[in-house]
Amino acid sequence: MSAPRPSCHEMLRSLSDYLDGELEAEICAAIESHLAECENCRIVVDTLRKTITLYHQYSEEDLELPADVRSRLFKRLHLEDFLNSPR
Amino acid sequence: MVKDKEATPLSIEALRQGDRAEFARLVEQYDTYIYRLALRILGNPQDAEDVLQETFIKALKHLPSFDGRSSLSTWLYRIATNEALMLLRKEKGGVLSLDEPSPNDEEEQEPIQIVDWCCLPEEMLMNAETKKMLEQAIARLSPALRVVVVLRDLQGLSTRETSQILKISEEAVKTRLSRARLQLRQWLSEYFHQQYGLENLAP
Ligand SMILES: [Zn+2]
Repeated sequence: MSAPRPSCHEMLRSLSDYLDGELEAEICAAIESHLAECENCRIVVDTLRKTITLYHQYSEEDLELPADVRSRLFKRLHLEDFLNSPR
Repeated sequence: MVKDKEATPLSIEALRQGDRAEFARLVEQYDTYIYRLALRILGNPQDAEDVLQETFIKALKHLPSFDGRSSLSTWLYRIATNEALMLLRKEKGGVLSLDEPSPNDEEEQEPIQIVDWCCLPEEMLMNAETKKMLEQAIARLSPALRVVVVLRDLQGLSTRETSQILKISEEAVKTRLSRARLQLRQWLSEYFHQQYGLENLAP
């Protein structure tokens, strides 16, 4: 038995889980059947997927701990002796 | 995901007993992750540094009673997230609500943006200006939504880890993440619509 076809409004609610692959197969099938016929929802799902991708890319850029921040942290914790210990 | 930089795993026993060298290894292993988390929630390097320091001061104090029910990284993230939220609350003069936003926040907002920007060339999607906008959009989210999207999509933690850090159900994590992502998509759509004059097909 297949799940009933969701409305555009119901689609919105499921898209995040859908993109994370967390929905059951038959719900995915119902969503895909809606997407096949609804241009607007297709745009929403594509741009939602891209939004998540952009944030993943953004988060992968180097954000190293600045050396002075680390040195103040070690000082505050009275760990200066260990600051330059070999990794 | 937090990756271990060290070959030898940390000894929880040594940490509990106050071994300084082991604590230094813990700090070295996690300080970058904690700093990133705080900076992404707070958006301000000075505040992020305060949270970083407070997190490890609290960790040092509470390690003897660390019960090992969650992993060390989850435990540290939890301390750091609470510190960051506390700081946000203080800056807002104590009026910050960490409760779930009202259901109306979700869909009853602006009409949904239908702008097809997903296939713009990469250099139009990821440039310095877009990056600034991505940061500003995160900052515009309510703290309850911002924290979830930072943990899940920026720090790359699982739904389960996020639920343990925030002490909310996995369902609540998913619901908030969905709201946060839809809101971000909405703002990105407005931005690309204006930036590149793309058509808005919204009815
Ligand atoms: Zn639709």
